[in-house]
Amino acid sequence: MMFRTLLIGATLALSPLAALAAGGEGGHIHNVRFSFDGPFGTYDQNQLQRGLQIYTEVCAGCHGLKFVPLRTLSDEGGPGIPEDQVRAYASELAVLDEGANMHLYDAAEGELRALTPNDNFPANDSLGAPDLSLMAKARAGFHGPYGLGINQFLKGIGGPEYIVGILTGYTGEEKVEAGVTLYENTAFPGGWIGMAAPLYGEDVEFADGHSNELHHEAEDVAAFLMWAAEPKLAARKQAGLTGVVFLAILSVLLYLTNKRLWAPVKGKEVL
Amino acid sequence: MSGIPHDHYEPKTKGEKWVESRLPIIGLIYDTLMIPTPKNLNWWWIWGIVLAFCLVLQIATGIVLVMHYTPHVDLAFASVEHIMRDVNGGFMLRYLHANGASLFFVAVYIHIFRGLFYGSYKAPREITWIVGMLIYLCMMGTAFMGYVLPWGQMSFWGATVITGLFGAIPFIGEPIQTWLLGGPAVDNATLNRFFSLHYLLPFVIAGLVIVHIWAFHSTGNNNPTGVDVRKGSKAEAEKDTLPFWPYFVIKDLVGLSIVLVIFWAIVGFMPNYLGHPDNYIEANPLATPAHIVPEWYFLPFYAILRAFTADVWVVQIASFVTGGIVDAKFFGVLAMFGAIAVMALVPWLDTSSVRSGRYRPMFKWWFYLLVIDFFVLMWCGAMPAEPPYSGISLLGATYWFAYFLVILPLLGVLEKPDAMPATIEDDFNAHYPKAAGSDGSAAEATPAE
Repeated sequence: MMFRTLLIGATLALSPLAALAAGGEGGHIHNVRFSFDGPFGTYDQNQLQRGLQIYTEVCAGCHGLKFVPLRTLSDEGGPGIPEDQVRAYASELAVLDEGANMHLYDAAEGELRALTPNDNFPANDSLGAPDLSLMAKARAGFHGPYGLGINQFLKGIGGPEYIVGILTGYTGEEKVEAGVTLYENTAFPGGWIGMAAPLYGEDVEFADGHSNELHHEAEDVAAFLMWAAEPKLAARKQAGLTGVVFLAILSVLLYLTNKRLWAPVKGKEVL
Repeated sequence: MSGIPHDHYEPKTKGEKWVESRLPIIGLIYDTLMIPTPKNLNWWWIWGIVLAFCLVLQIATGIVLVMHYTPHVDLAFASVEHIMRDVNGGFMLRYLHANGASLFFVAVYIHIFRGLFYGSYKAPREITWIVGMLIYLCMMGTAFMGYVLPWGQMSFWGATVITGLFGAIPFIGEPIQTWLLGGPAVDNATLNRFFSLHYLLPFVIAGLVIVHIWAFHSTGNNNPTGVDVRKGSKAEAEKDTLPFWPYFVIKDLVGLSIVLVIFWAIVGFMPNYLGHPDNYIEANPLATPAHIVPEWYFLPFYAILRAFTADVWVVQIASFVTGGIVDAKFFGVLAMFGAIAVMALVPWLDTSSVRSGRYRPMFKWWFYLLVIDFFVLMWCGAMPAEPPYSGISLLGATYWFAYFLVILPLLGVLEKPDAMPATIEDDFNAHYPKAAGSDGSAAEATPAE
């Protein structure tokens, strides 16, 4: 916590520069405490596995995840699914968009081959739904105050929070505009979204009996999508911590060297 | 090299003499590193080293990124994700490169404002200043084109807006825009030429940096008092200066190291803070983002660009006088480039004979207001172009021009400067009273090499 405070203090000097966190009139987004928050936070493997299950059973019906290699499901710091299970999982995935997966065409057999862990998740734009590979980094939940983006120092950029906000923000109202049904959503900019509520609670059954209330499901799938967007988060924070510690030590040593070097010039006692 | 009298390199061994008589490179390095530097430089003088570090960092990370990047509209976005997911350490390389650009601009803005406050642009350092401005322009070009390469939504639409500025030039604008883009719109040809130039310009910058350093090594550094180093004799000069190595090298490294702690924390813990979320959406020519916002370091000038709308009377007069040739759009473009031009011309706009803002009681406040103005403009640039931001932008843009075109020329006449120390030595000793007694010996204690 102390470290986080220091980091915030040190970087706050830069905050006016982050005014670019624009995008204004968004809906209302609540901060969510995720296991991967803060400089030491990492992904919760069980949560990612639950999120993967929700993604597979619900989201994948309309959305794709085309930039995420299936093999990374067994990466350390990610969902950590054993390789044989990933192979089985991959072979069961339907190839929905043939155009986007031309290399899956097996010329010898004259048909599309099954996916393997070396392939990416299938793309899916059959209904024009956006790809979710980077969704958790492609949205900002927090902008303020006054568009300065200072909130993001304290709460993070808010991509996963935005996803939770959308999934739990349906009011149940709907309207038809130009032949398209729109659903009222408190988190969506403008208030009306084209996607019908995908989750209602109790949409999936978890093997470990974990709660499948709506807000738990929403948080699980948001965490999974954050992992999909930023799979190297743990390694990055590790590198960040190592670098900061070593550079801080270097700074102290250089400061003392400098002090000693200049002492005779400034007429001070040599240390 | 410098006009300040100091020891020069004398080859001693046979080997040194052999090299030096054929290529005097050891002497060049020696003279560059041992340049007499005013000993009263404060911490605002460390940013040159930070900038040199940034250039090296950007070139080093950039060269490796290029090994894995594909400059094609269908593949560029995916290749960046390939770097983030499959390339060993690729995520660090890319985050270092992206945030390295931000550090580069943080450093250059502090460096520029330091120069503006301490009058580093004044005679005899005008060429150093002008070359510095050229470096800054090249940096902006490089950064802009680099931002296009990931081929996200902001890449694409930023490129569309910025190249559109050239289209605003009367008569020849459209052909110029087409020539820049390599076609009627931002497309594969644009991406390829931006990639090519993004790789080229850093080396142009490296060349200009050498000229920049050469220029101020010829005049000697400015210093916080703006008082010249005494050049009558070597003994006199040594009372005002210390050799760059080791005194300022170590001091600059302290500064650089502390800056890097913060930089590394941002890269490690919040690498996307300074980026725009929309750039994680693949470019789509059919979907315009709600707000097209450039990177933070362009925002002040972006605000000036947007400040001059058709309802501003200056714009209306310009339009009337030129018979409609200078419309609001072109006026905005002229204002944006003009804002940088007036900064480049400041050596001739500032009429005061006193260099340092420290001894200019009125100038100080106008300068601090300019710094605030810069941040206000930055904030307005990120906001939608609507009231109240448009009004604030106009006010901010007006002050920017007024500072350079009206206030600086007038201050030189109106202002009565404060008393200045006679020498750099006096200034230094005023800060370190104990140094005064042992000054001679301290200067002599300086290692010769």
